[in-house]
Amino acid sequence: MSFKKKLIIFLLFTFCMSNANSIEPDIFVQSTVNRASQILSENITKNEKINKLKLIAKDTVDIRGVGFYSLGSARKNLNNEQKAKYSELFENYFLKSFSSRLAEYTNPEINVLGKKVLNKNYTIVNSLLVATSERPEVKIDWRIYTKNPDNPLIRDLIIEGLSLARTQKEEFTSILNSNDGKIEELFKKLEEFSKN
Amino acid sequence: MFRKFILITISIFFLAFNANAGSDGELILKKNQPAEIKDCFENLNRATFAFNQALDGIIFKPVASAYRVLPSPLKNGISNSLDNLSTLVTIPNNILQGEMKKAGINSGRFIINSTIGILGFIDVAQNLGFPEYEKEDYGQSLATMGVGPGCYLVLPVLGPSTARDATASIANFVGGDAWYNVTVNNDTHYFTDFDYYASRITAGVDFRAKNYDAIENLEKNSIDFYASVKSLYLQDRQQKILNTNKIVETLDDSDWEEIENQ
Repeated sequence: MSFKKKLIIFLLFTFCMSNANSIEPDIFVQSTVNRASQILSENITKNEKINKLKLIAKDTVDIRGVGFYSLGSARKNLNNEQKAKYSELFENYFLKSFSSRLAEYTNPEINVLGKKVLNKNYTIVNSLLVATSERPEVKIDWRIYTKNPDNPLIRDLIIEGLSLARTQKEEFTSILNSNDGKIEELFKKLEEFSKN
Repeated sequence: MFRKFILITISIFFLAFNANAGSDGELILKKNQPAEIKDCFENLNRATFAFNQALDGIIFKPVASAYRVLPSPLKNGISNSLDNLSTLVTIPNNILQGEMKKAGINSGRFIINSTIGILGFIDVAQNLGFPEYEKEDYGQSLATMGVGPGCYLVLPVLGPSTARDATASIANFVGGDAWYNVTVNNDTHYFTDFDYYASRITAGVDFRAKNYDAIENLEKNSIDFYASVKSLYLQDRQQKILNTNKIVETLDDSDWEEIENQ
């Protein structure tokens, strides 16, 4: 086999391998939803469900990214030590808040409808939470961070057009504004929430 | 005290009515950015919010909880009837916003649903293929004309609003709402004041019931519930004003992009 032929085969193989690992954002969302749905329909205690949901969240959500986004412009004033402390506090806060919210649902049915690529870093995946007798159907859009196509991550949930990350950001801004911008006050609130 | 009241009133109106003749979608978007809307009376707003929460716990939450167990067709019917009444405010606002086609569609929707749909109980128009109904109000019309939202307000019982939206809602009581005109404003012998106020209270209960779990969940998982409600309300208003199904947040990715460099 000539060197040129070998090279072409090698390049083709490498190309195929690199694409084999990339996960389409809509498939990623549907699979995440299915994993969560399965846990929620299991006959286990609420605490067990929460713990399992936390593992899924750690796998699929860019908690660090959401945390720094939520800080808004205040993130620019943090030193490295504060950044590390904030990341840890935010992760505990986020996992508790996220899993407790989800654990309230029993076997939610979410169908992925489509996706829109915003740029190389972001894709919005559109989905629908199917209506039940107690609540109407809910449109849920997922902001997926696709910088690493092999490992897409959730950065925001947009429920009926309302962004959870944005709400989080404005909540933190409000706390900082009410406390003369002191980051320690936000740390205290996050710690209290995680402990309770 | 009176002087202070006048000064506050003038400040609200100054902030609210900074109209700009050259307004376009981008300018409207910018003006209605939740982060740009000032909470000028935060202490008073927080106190009113606490009062509303107490009122919710005593009245709205228990009533909404009972309402939720009604059969779905009945709840849908009530919801459809309330939407049908709201088209009487939506139609003049479609016209004010220059949306003549939508005004025509909504007029057709109202006539069909009020007659064949048995006083709006059944949304026949939707089954006939009419486009999805979008509510409009006088606050949204002012916003599309370039009027800024002014300060964020929390009204007793009614909840979150802005200076512009609260002021604009006065239009409903001075002839801008045909339902109010035939119930409260004029003695038509067919309707009474009770019909109007009952419909308003039912609309409040219907909203609370539809969002029962979401509100409970948000309250339980917020570290500043007031700020969360404010953010969600202002995001919702921004979307309604822009009449867009687009995710408003995605219109500006700069903050997300900045995270890349952290």
